[in-house]
Amino acid sequence: MELQQKLEILADAAKYDASCASSGAARKDSRGGKGVGSTGGAGICHSYAPDGRCISLLKVLLTNACLYDCHYCINRRSSNVQRARFTPDEVVQLTLDFYKRNYIEGLFLSSGIIRSADYTMELVIDVARKLREEHHFRGYIHLKTIPEASPSLIELAGRYADRISINIELPTQEGLTKLAPEKNLARTQDAMGHIRNKIDERHADKRKPDAPKPPPFATGQSTQMIVGADDSTDAVILRRADVLYGDYHLRRVYYSGFSPIPEPSLLLPIKAPPLVREHRLYQADWLLRFYGFRVDEITTDASPNLDLHLDPKLAWALRNRAVFPADVNKASRESLLRVPGLGVRNVNRILSARRYTRLRLADLLRLRVPMKKVMPFIIAADHNPARLGLDDEALRARFLPPPRQTELDFDASMAVPSDIDSARTGQM
Amino acid sequence: MRTVVIQPVFEAWRESARELLALRVPPSEVLWADDAQEPALFGPSNETLPRVAVPNVPSAFLDMARSVAAHTDARRWSVLYRVLWRLTHGDERHLLAISTDPDMRQVQQWCKAIGRDIHKMHAFVRFRLVGNDAITGREQFVAWFEPEYRIVRLAAGFFEKRFAGMDWSILTPHECVHWDGSAIHFTLGVSRSAAPDDDALDDLWRTYYRSIFNPARLKVRAMQAEMPKKYWKNLPEASLITELIAESGGRVEKMLTTDLRPAKPAPKNAYLDSLRKMNALDSPSLPPTQEP
Ligand code: SF4
Repeated sequence: MELQQKLEILADAAKYDASCASSGAARKDSRGGKGVGSTGGAGICHSYAPDGRCISLLKVLLTNACLYDCHYCINRRSSNVQRARFTPDEVVQLTLDFYKRNYIEGLFLSSGIIRSADYTMELVIDVARKLREEHHFRGYIHLKTIPEASPSLIELAGRYADRISINIELPTQEGLTKLAPEKNLARTQDAMGHIRNKIDERHADKRKPDAPKPPPFATGQSTQMIVGADDSTDAVILRRADVLYGDYHLRRVYYSGFSPIPEPSLLLPIKAPPLVREHRLYQADWLLRFYGFRVDEITTDASPNLDLHLDPKLAWALRNRAVFPADVNKASRESLLRVPGLGVRNVNRILSARRYTRLRLADLLRLRVPMKKVMPFIIAADHNPARLGLDDEALRARFLPPPRQTELDFDASMAVPSDIDSARTGQM
Repeated sequence: MRTVVIQPVFEAWRESARELLALRVPPSEVLWADDAQEPALFGPSNETLPRVAVPNVPSAFLDMARSVAAHTDARRWSVLYRVLWRLTHGDERHLLAISTDPDMRQVQQWCKAIGRDIHKMHAFVRFRLVGNDAITGREQFVAWFEPEYRIVRLAAGFFEKRFAGMDWSILTPHECVHWDGSAIHFTLGVSRSAAPDDDALDDLWRTYYRSIFNPARLKVRAMQAEMPKKYWKNLPEASLITELIAESGGRVEKMLTTDLRPAKPAPKNAYLDSLRKMNALDSPSLPPTQEP
């Protein structure tokens, strides 16, 4: 089979994995070396497809042949999709050729499972080893690993990769048993625990200079959950994510709204969830990680699913109006982070500026704060929302989107905690 | 009132600003103007300038000023000088911490525009292989790019770090940058025709772009917010965008009307057998699921 045809099949097979991050790697670059590659910066999206997704890595499967039968997946053994298989050298060459043209900033390699978990892992690792050792490649490598692979192979993968991941796929064992019968939640979490320990070891080493240096290991792990393939509520999904962040220190949980695939399975609902559900889950995820929210604040027993019409912070604020208004000149950081429309960066700016000046609405306007959204919830030097006493429904109605809304743009770069200004001084 | 005409580069502004500050000339008495002549290439920063005694300013301000200098807004020199004045003679040492101040806000917005332009250059430069060096054998690549602002120098370090192992040039209308394995150097801008149009790998790259696109999740606005049309003419993959969008409806329709595939029985495989055994052992001890 021609290389081009293989690429067509094996990129198509990989596109349902939402992960695209290429940030958070240890700093390294190609100066003084024999090859190309650098990592450690913010992560670059080298292109965007018309699905709005960033293209930063060459994301392919080594092979799309697979022993498993995950019903949401086009590569499952029950699918009649055409199969292909790259040789490790083909992937190595493609990665280098694409990288040198600045199409991509690294490789994201995954694979269908053939013969056994270990056999498959060895093939995947071989690509990474060749890139690193034979071609001195210092760009980003993300390897997908298999929970049942031997711990020693996972360690080897982590040695070459900047990031490794295992997809949890669905938040409950019931869901897996039904839709991905070969997969097992407990074993997946065990493997994540093993990876977490390896990552921690590497970091602990940095604090103790005299300790023997453990081999290098990836700086982070991530995972993906498919949304809408089973009947898990958002509460169940977010609680699973919370466990993964808390107990296993994942860098990112990706949520991938199930979308129709060629080769659909009899076992799956044909109707895809609205894309906005995935978007709301990402917003909720951000609230968990950067805004100090707990899952049981974002979803409730009465409404275990997120409101599709309102962002989850606004929805929370409308349910908890008694804690507002917050005074931008006095309120704590924690309280300001809970104000709808205020992001981490603007909260930092407010906290910094108010040490020297009393903030007025014009100041917030200058920060491009969405005033209509923020005003009912804050006090400023020249503003007190006397009429917050609008009844629930009227206030909610103010925020509902206009009836026709076709697309939702999700800004993946929002709310990255900004650096504190450096205190060093320089000579003019 | 005095008029100060400078070449539109950071070093020139810094030199003049330093003198004006030493003479205690307040911002309201200076008009800044760009030298109409295209600047001769400025060398790396001039540490040889006569040192005029001036108070320290935060290095964060110098970083911002270096960035703002690359912008094209005619007001940038006077706003920078006003901020500098306020930091030093205006008794506003904390100005940098006050993002709500109109001058600071303006400076930050210019910095943001420059930062974005640099980021897009890092993302959207496309190198084309033009040959190998006759002596060293190193691969040689050339790219054409049209940044919005004069950012080539600010953006160059990234390419040096990332592509140290190959020779490359990035050509732009204002200024070009070259790397030969040992040093970066800059030359005057050139026209588009000086750069090659394509690369033998472009077709394979377009194959990848076409295949990684998911027609069932069309979000054209999200794509364009991050990859505005002005960049498309220099991106080999962009020629596919219109057709991918046009085909997507039909492709999804086809997915939705395909016959559903039944599950196939598992093939005989020792590894699958071992998984089944593990699953049988695991399931009784599974933790209760999430509902509290
Ligand atoms: S293991 Fe499951 S999800 Fe992965 S390729 Fe095979 S069928 Fe698809």
